[in-house]
Amino acid sequence: MNAENEHSDNQRDPTRRTFIEAAVLISGAAITTPVLEAQTEQALPGLRRFSLTINQVRHDLDLEPKVTLLDLLRERLQLTGTKKGCDHGQCGACTVIADGERIVSCLALAVCYEGVDIVTIEGLERGGQLHPMQAAFLEQDGFQCGFCTPGQICSAIAMLGEAKKGMPSAVAHSVSPAEPVELTEPEIRERMSGNICRCGAYPNIVAAIRATERS
Amino acid sequence: MPTSIGQPVVRVDGRLKVTGKATYTADHMVPNLAHAVLATSAIARGRMASLDTGAAERVPGVIAILTHRDKLPLAKDPTKVAEGAPADRVLQLLQDDRVLYGNQPIAVAVAETFEAAAEAAHLISAEYREETPHIRIDQGLKDSYIPKKAGGAGDPGESHRGEFEPAFSSAPVRMEEIYSTAFQTHSPMEPHATIAVWNGPDELTLYDTSQGIFGDRKRVANLLGLDVEKVRVVSLFVGGGFGSKGPSWSHTLLCAMAARHVNRPVKLVLRRPQTFGPVGFRSATQQTIALAAESDGRLVAARNQTITHTSTFDEFTETATFPTRMLYSVPNNTTTQTLVRSDIGTPSYTRAPGEAPGTFALEVAMDELAVRLKMDPLEFRLKNYADRDEDKNLPWSTKSLRACYLRGAEHFGWSQRNPEPRSQHDGHSLIGWGMATSVYPARRSPASARARLNADGTIVVEAGSQELGGGTYTIMSQIAADALGVPVSAVTFRLGDTRYPETPVSGGSQTAATTGSAVFGAARALRQRLFDLAQATSSSATLDDVVLANGTIALRGSGRNQPIQEFVMQTGQPYIEAQSSEKPGEEQKQYSMYSFGAQFAEVRVDADLGQVSVARMVGAFGAGVILNSKTARSQFIGGMIWGIGFALHENTVYDERLGRIVNNNLAEYHVPTNADVGSIDVLWIEEDDRLVSPIGAKGIGEIGITGAAAAIANAVYHATGKRVRDLPITPDKLL
Amino acid sequence: MNTFNYNQALTVDDALASVYAHPDAKYLGGGTNLIDLMKMGVEHPTALVDVTRLPLTRIEEYWGGLRLGAMARNSAVAIHALVRRRYPVLAQALLAGASPQIRNMATVAGNLLQRTRCYYFYDPSYRECNKRNPGSGCAALTGNNRIHSVLGGSDHCIATHPSDMAVALTALGATVQVKDANEERSIPIADFYRMPGNTPHIETSLKAEELITSVDLPAPPGGTAHYLKVRDRNSFAFALVSVAAIVELDDRKRIRSARVALGGVAPMPWRSLEAEQVLTGGEPTEATYRKAADILMQDAKPLRFNGFKVELARRGIVRALTTAAELN
Repeated sequence: MNAENEHSDNQRDPTRRTFIEAAVLISGAAITTPVLEAQTEQALPGLRRFSLTINQVRHDLDLEPKVTLLDLLRERLQLTGTKKGCDHGQCGACTVIADGERIVSCLALAVCYEGVDIVTIEGLERGGQLHPMQAAFLEQDGFQCGFCTPGQICSAIAMLGEAKKGMPSAVAHSVSPAEPVELTEPEIRERMSGNICRCGAYPNIVAAIRATERS
Repeated sequence: MPTSIGQPVVRVDGRLKVTGKATYTADHMVPNLAHAVLATSAIARGRMASLDTGAAERVPGVIAILTHRDKLPLAKDPTKVAEGAPADRVLQLLQDDRVLYGNQPIAVAVAETFEAAAEAAHLISAEYREETPHIRIDQGLKDSYIPKKAGGAGDPGESHRGEFEPAFSSAPVRMEEIYSTAFQTHSPMEPHATIAVWNGPDELTLYDTSQGIFGDRKRVANLLGLDVEKVRVVSLFVGGGFGSKGPSWSHTLLCAMAARHVNRPVKLVLRRPQTFGPVGFRSATQQTIALAAESDGRLVAARNQTITHTSTFDEFTETATFPTRMLYSVPNNTTTQTLVRSDIGTPSYTRAPGEAPGTFALEVAMDELAVRLKMDPLEFRLKNYADRDEDKNLPWSTKSLRACYLRGAEHFGWSQRNPEPRSQHDGHSLIGWGMATSVYPARRSPASARARLNADGTIVVEAGSQELGGGTYTIMSQIAADALGVPVSAVTFRLGDTRYPETPVSGGSQTAATTGSAVFGAARALRQRLFDLAQATSSSATLDDVVLANGTIALRGSGRNQPIQEFVMQTGQPYIEAQSSEKPGEEQKQYSMYSFGAQFAEVRVDADLGQVSVARMVGAFGAGVILNSKTARSQFIGGMIWGIGFALHENTVYDERLGRIVNNNLAEYHVPTNADVGSIDVLWIEEDDRLVSPIGAKGIGEIGITGAAAAIANAVYHATGKRVRDLPITPDKLL
Repeated sequence: MNTFNYNQALTVDDALASVYAHPDAKYLGGGTNLIDLMKMGVEHPTALVDVTRLPLTRIEEYWGGLRLGAMARNSAVAIHALVRRRYPVLAQALLAGASPQIRNMATVAGNLLQRTRCYYFYDPSYRECNKRNPGSGCAALTGNNRIHSVLGGSDHCIATHPSDMAVALTALGATVQVKDANEERSIPIADFYRMPGNTPHIETSLKAEELITSVDLPAPPGGTAHYLKVRDRNSFAFALVSVAAIVELDDRKRIRSARVALGGVAPMPWRSLEAEQVLTGGEPTEATYRKAADILMQDAKPLRFNGFKVELARRGIVRALTTAAELN
């Protein structure tokens, strides 16, 4: 839509290993700066070598075990779409999808997720096409400031998967496996309550999810 | 050309937001970045006897631990605040060993990684000489005073008209009660963050979570002794502000100071608990309201005596008395704002400052008096409808409150209400209906914008301003597009950079009317330039006959049609540009300007367990021209949901012995979740207020919270027969 | 967060060996509580032994009951057909806890071992906390204790146990299977948690290196069940009071058996056999439930801000029993 795009159009090279190039637009001029991903950390003790698959891209990493998946994404892999709202698992802004299940990446040590398929907000588009949930959030105005939105969208996508598998909820009439899951508005609200939206976009978030589910 | 104003235009920045590509402050990639984490005080009042940084310094990767011992240089005293800068706050910038409130910054850990900085910050250990803190309103009354000026517009701290006492004591129907609201913490989803990049010893770029980049720039430049023009503040997307990111707070300066000290760019993001105390919050209020009416329901006297907190070192007034001054026609009216000095961070602007708690107390009091009068609460309000602002003695610019009452009531089904409390049940649930009035000033300030037609045909419009979720990118694009007669998609609107023309803080619901007027002015000025350049002055053509379409510029009726590129190039410039500075005029002294609304709520209260759910709400508002029906609806709803939180959940709890906030996190400071929100319907009354702004808009960011808590509290009374005058209405208060 | 050694164990023996090799090592499950506490500076283990990849994730029938692998995720337990069919109160309790994201991460063992949400415990910048720093005092006793215990507290600690799952397990009479290098043993859930007394830092009867391998449910009790959670907002909040109730009626519509366990009011899930005896044989009426509630709450010691919990718990007990019985 405008120049704001440029500020976030950092190169995301899917083939990179430990070497990345960040094209940072400051003052309208491109400053291309090589950043050695693990360089600053190689001086630190206790590094652990492992690999993670994020948005279908394999990353070989040397990291301290204390690095959370969230800080890995944001501070080392330039995947800043995932947000840090509270860093304590209390807001859901950092929600990503791990092997199809939504988790809060702030309480996940990256090292624990080797071999797990991680999908973040950056991994949802296909060939420049928005994921239907993204399109529905856009159409239904399921956000205002947008900060919780990547987490909401990842959460909503995984939530539909949970419902499909038959996951009951706290507002279900009964948890009996014979009860089919029907995603009524109260059901969606309860199932999305792990994602706080301070702007209060909740009714539109529910509408976006219902629209996606129907399509 | 169909106009876009009022249409449900999808947010132009929406795609960035749903793809994670919108760049919030902490998302900016800056080479050679160091990370900073604050250490904050564990007491609310006293001095640091010692500050041990040894263990922190030994954390591998630590670059520096900064404390008051470093005597980081400042050009100005951070405890002095400029006159006429109501958003400037007294800051705590490691200048001495004093602790003035809990969670005050006492040190900054700077390291190669966030992890190292966080660990180091934890290892900084202070010993204190603690003094007894005072937090409770009754503890501090001896230090209380009535402020000379209160609120952003500098209104007086007290107001008097008529003779309250005789009118009150001789009236047949009276009430007097004390209402209280809790400390409310903004808790935007994005914690406050700053990235400071020094481009030289006297030139600074700040990426900052700011609702007011120009005020931020001025404050930072002033304190650091820099030329204002040498400080650039960038804030492309703000992840919610609600007032908390209006002032420049200590961490912003500390980040810049740390970056200068370590000679590297530094990123500092507040930990969530650190957003409780040092970056503002809404003061608790205690409002004693007395109302009196004739037997026919005509109000004869109203009084609101409000006590709120300020800090020991700065002044901020939560102006809860203001609605009592002007909302109803009352001949005898008196209000006072009293401030109590407390050992807390300075309270600050919080969504609908003053009006949010003020409408709670007044509108519950009105409900109570309606009960005593045996009048329908809506009827009672209509009976006391104010046809002019009796406080300022001015006519309203526009006021559609009567229509809000009637349309809202009709939509809600208010006429079906059985006035008897506890008259509706469903299983274990008691059902109640309540209503209340919403009000918020329609503010406007000076602002500038510029519009540019490039030779390639693109149109770029720029104004400083900020996007916090209100839809600034979108509505400004719409305003410019309509003014130029082009589709919204033809306009690129840029904001959030002090290199763009100056605009004020995005606060007080003023962005639409303020920046919108400037953008409108700039776009019209550009069209005028195009018109002039087309040498159309002699013809009978008007400005609207300038048509930009399909890469050409045409003058309707003249047969003239020229490729834009050619048209622009013949000026000898790569673009044609116009800038406009717009400001309100005398009309602001001649009229009283407000948005109004009416809110209706249905609650379900568990009769035994006291849990309250808001099943549905209806809000009807008269708020000037609605620029975008999609984003406006969202913003109204968001405000109403803030009302739900204010009414039922939010409570920043102080341990009164220690003066510290115990629930400084999002697990224990409860904001509404999705499951706390039922159906919400919003409608608005057509209004076009050209006195408030040339585009007819009034601003809608805050009115949604006003009246909402009262409507809910009144519904809880109607459901249960129990009047709760102390927010939030948690289950324990209904047992 | 402090620096620590990380080791991912693939077998139980590996896990035990790793923990024995590092003093102050801790087992790491889903991390939803331990990582949080490490970020807060409350926990600072020298080593973490990641036990989530141990073959302890199965949920299977076991001696007429059900064995929940210690590393089964909370969501996996909640969705499991046998849990939902035979132990619905457990599924309900799990679904009432935390958020879907947290439930996808948290394990059965981790849920059992989660630590209190007492403000003064969770933030080490508070000097007084006997649980965190034995002998330092209890800030909650005279501080803001709205969320604290009314039952079972001591002069040293009034923290509550925050788990919903453990409340249901207590009502169901589960046993906790544990293992260390020397032995395997079963701990009845009633003996698993310890009263604070003057040692509130010792929260369970686990030995230092013991690893929880499963939680075993006995054959399901007869009757129908309900889990009630009262909290300050409708979702994603800890309980002010919670109640797991199981009621079985006989042919004459009298109570054949009943179980009640409380959360949010005590340092551990609270159960009273005396109260359950009062229910047994009684009419399924409010009066009977009220009598049981009075017994459950008879030793309540309310403090300045949490007095409401006594009556709230009584009402919650009556409601949960009523709801459970109505499902018969």
